[in-house]
Amino acid sequence: MKEPEKSFVRLRSMVVPLLRDNVDTDQIIPARFLKVTHRSSLGPAAFADWRRDPAFVLEQERYDGAQILLTGENFGCGSSREHAAWALRGAGFRAVIATSFGDIFRQNALKNALLPVELTPSQHEELLAEAVGQDGVVDVERPASGTPLVEIDLERLVVTMPSGRDLPFDVDPFSRYCLLGGVDQLDYLLSFSKEIANYEVDHG
Amino acid sequence: MTPPRTLLDKIWDAHEVTAKPEHPSVIYIDLHLIHEVTSPQAFTGLQQRSLCVRRPDRCLATMDHSTPTFGQQATSHAITDAAAKTQLARLTENCHRHGITLYPHGSAENGIVHVIGPERGRTLPGMTIVCGDSHTSTHGAFGALAFGIGTTEVEHVLATQCLLQHKPAAYEVVFENSLPPGVSAKDMALALIAKIGADGGTGHAFEFRGQAVEELDMEGRMTLCNMSIEAGARAGMVAPDAKTFAYLAGRPEAPKGVPASWWRLNSDPDATFARSVTIDASTLRPMVTFGTSPEMGIPVDEEIPTAKGDAATRGKLERALEYMGLQSRQPMVGIAIDVVFIGSCTNGRLGDLRQAASVLRGQKIAPKVRLLVVPGSMEVKRLAEAEGLDEVFIEAGGEWRTPGCSMCIAMNGDQLEPGQRAVSTSNRNFEGRQGPGSRTLLASPLTAAAAALHGAVADPRPLLMSVGASQGAEQVHGQQGGGA
Ligand code: SF4
Repeated sequence: MKEPEKSFVRLRSMVVPLLRDNVDTDQIIPARFLKVTHRSSLGPAAFADWRRDPAFVLEQERYDGAQILLTGENFGCGSSREHAAWALRGAGFRAVIATSFGDIFRQNALKNALLPVELTPSQHEELLAEAVGQDGVVDVERPASGTPLVEIDLERLVVTMPSGRDLPFDVDPFSRYCLLGGVDQLDYLLSFSKEIANYEVDHG
Repeated sequence: MTPPRTLLDKIWDAHEVTAKPEHPSVIYIDLHLIHEVTSPQAFTGLQQRSLCVRRPDRCLATMDHSTPTFGQQATSHAITDAAAKTQLARLTENCHRHGITLYPHGSAENGIVHVIGPERGRTLPGMTIVCGDSHTSTHGAFGALAFGIGTTEVEHVLATQCLLQHKPAAYEVVFENSLPPGVSAKDMALALIAKIGADGGTGHAFEFRGQAVEELDMEGRMTLCNMSIEAGARAGMVAPDAKTFAYLAGRPEAPKGVPASWWRLNSDPDATFARSVTIDASTLRPMVTFGTSPEMGIPVDEEIPTAKGDAATRGKLERALEYMGLQSRQPMVGIAIDVVFIGSCTNGRLGDLRQAASVLRGQKIAPKVRLLVVPGSMEVKRLAEAEGLDEVFIEAGGEWRTPGCSMCIAMNGDQLEPGQRAVSTSNRNFEGRQGPGSRTLLASPLTAAAAALHGAVADPRPLLMSVGASQGAEQVHGQQGGGA
């Protein structure tokens, strides 16, 4: 098994529209798939229950190979299971674009080089119109005309739409620094061993 | 003079190992709770780096998510699911290797992670507490900063006893006045979530305050803090008071006496909160959810709302109702159900079981309804049995199980059939949460018990009047039973 990429600089891909709000981690990976003791090979379990519907967007061939998931608000709410981030990585995703994220999911995603991109509702609408349908209508059934590509650049902190227009977004500076350089957060934390030992002496 | 601080500020400041601008703080963790599902990959990571557990004495592990709840003599031999068995074996191995206290399946101290922490007296005021589980917010009831983390962070805490964290913003949630009879902490939580939404608390830590919160016993406060995550807040907390200290007195692992510092764990009178919301508790009614997000809740005596707002909002409601097999304008009371589940880290404590039993005592549940009662821990089970609550449930036609998460997450074989509807005292009504195709209606133990009797969603309050007349109103009042 190849080690998944730990850094994120930029990415160009078509987007898969999963236009629902409050997509919880029980949907991203149902609990019955949590009885594993490893991180890999959870990709096929991503959205397992929704995938039983052949009309489900991830079951459509035209989105094969897409690495960006475009969804609604509060994506990844619910359970703290990091399996959700692992499953999305396993299913080939490198970024999720939403108007907001569940706090724990956002952290889990960042630690797995799955970039959570938070756009404002109006930016989100613009992107939808360009990347999914001209009129921005929420219609997952309609075939996307061609394969409009979207670029996410973590260095410049912009999402570039198919038209070439940039939508700025923000990521906390530390997570960005770690992702750009492939810095391991545990290594960073371990560099404070002395301070931690001092704290323990002071606080019993 | 130091500026006024919130309870969150005080706990945060006391645990900040380092603070650098533009960087997350290094926060010291006092207690790390561990269970079988979210820990194996963290221990593997540790091993791959040849690291050891920095403070095994600050860890406590249990088995709860995938353990079976049938049979009075549950032991690990009863586990037939091979994957679950492997996961449990790994936990045993990891705890043994690193010297971590583990309460295995079947042991006298075993139970759901968020039930046993307080029960053993490990959860204490002023602590920072984490667990690879989002309902870690439960422990905030003791005036602790407690929140759920992912598995990578579990590994961080194992290795360093610390976490890299950005400080959440403080959100004041005030419940003014007293709760009416028949309304409990669960109803407060569901009313709050309905009001501010499933993402209303994102980026924040709640501090619950006000008369109705003060009047809750510790179990009720745990129920309330437990549900914080369902409003998007990672943490919820209540300033500790005499009730907190009385609960902790004599717990097996709690310190003797009350340290003076505990009395200072409250928000200064003029401390400011980033946000604030006030709810009049005296106006609350028993709540029940009708959709697939905990925010889709209404008072039990109301009708399911009709879709309003933009296309996306309408689509969300329509989709949820289609999944649930329900319709707008349908009254909640009378919606037929198949199963009632009483248990979980939200409502699986002694007071919850007493409330459910107060409705079910001497009654029979509706034919064809399956009632599953799962105590939150072995201790809860013992205490409930000592009071004869097990007999109440069994005589009413219910199943009395051994402790575990059970039908809250449906990892252990306890689950609904596709399309079945359950009234459940757990915390999530997400699609498929109680098994593929399951339909969950969240409610309090009183409302769940009433539903079991009727075979349909029911308002528990009329039942309480008759019970109250014969038993004295105390046991059935909104404040949950006395606790252990
Ligand atoms: S009872 Fe439910 S919510 Fe609580 S820890 Fe278990 S699975 Fe999680």
